[in-house]
Amino acid sequence: MTEALAASEHHHVAPTGFIRKYIFSLDHKVIGIQYFFLALLSVLVGMVLSWLIRIHLIWPALHIWGLSHLSAVGAPGGVMTPEYYLSLLTLHGTIMVFFVLTTAPQAAFGNFILPIQIGAEDMAFPWLNMMSFWTTFVALMVLLATFFVGDGPPISGWTAYPPLSAIADSGPGQNMGQNLWIISIAIFCLGSLIGSLNFIATTLDLRAKGLTLSRMPITCWAWLTTAILSLLSFSVLFGAGILLLLDRVGGTSFFVPAGLMVNDKMQPHSGGSPLLWQHLFWFFGHPEVYIAIVPGVGVISHILPAFTRKPILGYRVIIGCMTLIGFLSFMVWGHHMFLSGMSPYSGLFFSIPTLAISFPAAILTLNWIGSIFGGRLRFTTAMMFCLGFVSVFVTGGLSGIFLAQPSLDVYLHATYFVVGHFHMVMGVAAIFGMFAGTYYWYPKMFGRMLNETIGKIHFWLTFVGVYLIFMPMHFLGLAGNVRRYSAFTDDYLIRLIPLHRFMTISALATGAVQFLFLFNLFWSFWKGKKASDNPWEATSLEWTVPSPPPFDNFAGKHPVVYHGPNEYGVAGDKDYIMQDSPETVSSLN
Amino acid sequence: MSTVLIPGELTKVKDISGGNGGGVNGHHPDGEGGSGPRRWRTPPRTYRTGMWIGLSAILMLFAAFTSAMVVRKGASNDWDQAQLPAILYWNTAFLIASSITLELARAALRTLARSQSLIESARARGRYRGCLYATLMLGVCFIAGQLLAWNQLTAAGIFLETNPSSSFFYLLTAAHGVHLLGGIVALLYLVFHVRKTLSETPGLLRTAVDVASIYWHFMDGLWVYLLVILTVRW
Repeated sequence: MTEALAASEHHHVAPTGFIRKYIFSLDHKVIGIQYFFLALLSVLVGMVLSWLIRIHLIWPALHIWGLSHLSAVGAPGGVMTPEYYLSLLTLHGTIMVFFVLTTAPQAAFGNFILPIQIGAEDMAFPWLNMMSFWTTFVALMVLLATFFVGDGPPISGWTAYPPLSAIADSGPGQNMGQNLWIISIAIFCLGSLIGSLNFIATTLDLRAKGLTLSRMPITCWAWLTTAILSLLSFSVLFGAGILLLLDRVGGTSFFVPAGLMVNDKMQPHSGGSPLLWQHLFWFFGHPEVYIAIVPGVGVISHILPAFTRKPILGYRVIIGCMTLIGFLSFMVWGHHMFLSGMSPYSGLFFSIPTLAISFPAAILTLNWIGSIFGGRLRFTTAMMFCLGFVSVFVTGGLSGIFLAQPSLDVYLHATYFVVGHFHMVMGVAAIFGMFAGTYYWYPKMFGRMLNETIGKIHFWLTFVGVYLIFMPMHFLGLAGNVRRYSAFTDDYLIRLIPLHRFMTISALATGAVQFLFLFNLFWSFWKGKKASDNPWEATSLEWTVPSPPPFDNFAGKHPVVYHGPNEYGVAGDKDYIMQDSPETVSSLN
Repeated sequence: MSTVLIPGELTKVKDISGGNGGGVNGHHPDGEGGSGPRRWRTPPRTYRTGMWIGLSAILMLFAAFTSAMVVRKGASNDWDQAQLPAILYWNTAFLIASSITLELARAALRTLARSQSLIESARARGRYRGCLYATLMLGVCFIAGQLLAWNQLTAAGIFLETNPSSSFFYLLTAAHGVHLLGGIVALLYLVFHVRKTLSETPGLLRTAVDVASIYWHFMDGLWVYLLVILTVRW
């Protein structure tokens, strides 16, 4: 990138004021970093909540310092009430699912990387991009406000099933807390819809010359798939949220059945269907799982070849499987409702496509393993998180096959088996994808390398830690341990407490390890080794520009693409060909 | 799309909105005439893409409402469908008429692009503005008519919470009304920015009108659909 080029008339002006540059920025890179830190803040809050949840399960009478200041009603004298346990559980789930798993993989990395990978100056609609971030920010603030209003956050869980969630006097937090929860989620839906609109338009319309769809990095395909899923599912959740809010404040009866007694009071509703909410919610809720995991799948498939130095196995197959998983995700929502009273025949209808998802998922896994096989592996931290991703993806995926069968789900439904399953595949796998992405793209985002030694310690402790936390949950589930209980006073559960204690200690330790990552993140920002343009010797367009990239990404140049992203292991003095390099591939090693 | 020649300005503006697919980048020459630094501009065809994507989200919202309506109706036997106010049919006529006037405005814009003389182009401009104002007025009439329908219903003692049927009536009309208000805001933008955009970037104006009309016609069709599911007794 020569200075002369940068000064050409194509160069578009960078804002100079602090507010336009860092706060209300239109630059996709700044917005990506804003999303990144929003998710980082959220994940810290969510993690502390999970600590409080785990601590309460083992030491229910423990005085927790500061908790009484947060809620005098929910934790009198610092001792959590069972209801407050549910409040914290609700916010843990909501924050993690919406503000971490939906935000970081797609909105943070996607925003920063996608336009550069496709050779564009910015997202298609920069102003909408800014709006989507600030809408999401407002949603987070409204959600966190539930801690401080009335009697705390709602107790109805992140799924907010009516009638509990539709009746204001059904418990603490169910009045103002639940209202704010619905409003927060509705605002979040709007932000997410605007964001996904931008992603789809950008990917379809702004690709560089020569960058056909079949030359796009798999990450771009993943972000495109995810954006389509978001677009079609968040609009439904938005509608469902409006109906629920109307049931609460408008006196309608969409979800509340007739003759419902709550706290000895007859509810003035008639004839609504609580199942209707479950259908609408899970129509969103299942694609949501893939909104969290598909970007991870893309990131892994994109990063692996850079560290195996050979093309990814089955580039088109991976893209096909990813989009197929996305398509199938709209046909399986009923597997969350096998025991809801829905017809057993529809159980079968939803079970078959659910099991069918294991085919593309297995093909993905085999492709990754095949990509590693015979490669010249470079064990960077990013690579290790990729391998860790494959491991937890398989572990979490396998337990899904059990849950997909209605007859087995009769036993396993609402037990810790389910908790273990979705934490492993939706939580840990997605977070490993984010870690891989962070270690891989941090040099591009901030211009410095993350410390590899700290990174590897972080990886190993986290990798072992997540298995110690979540594997025992499967055994608890098989032993009949029901989820959402705040204490295990029933005699058949008392014997499981030692296992719970083991998990709590593992969770505290693994959580503490994450501060290593946090330290690495901030320390490297000032003290890390300066990153070159292409520290990983990778092929895609983001590595052709300086680290960090200039304001308009390509300094006024219009990149032209000649290759797919998979030209690794070629003969020559360097073993890869950049996507914008006009040289032809002579022969593969 | 080919080149567009605007008499009066005598500026040749190349519209590259064609060529979707093959990965044509969004670096279009709008505003590049000057020597100063250029602000990143969204290419015109991307506005169309964006509009269709946005509409698919809106479609999903109303699909969700429709399926909720079907399920709720079957869930219990408390569905009591009231006679809807006749003014709704007048409103429908207003809205369909507004779609026609909007199309006339687009036709005027096409004439403007082809016009050879100053008089011809001045006429086309006048017709364009007139049709746009008419569309706006008809849209406002529709909203006012919808409010009047609400008024008549509440006067008859039918409120949001009276019956699931009325709940859905208020919900769907409100949701549609809010979206149509968005369309009115877009039309106001076209009216008030018409002079500026027309003289600066005619290609952009045509895109803006095209995109607004896609949205407006969609809202028109959506209303006809809603009217059918709200009035038909099934």
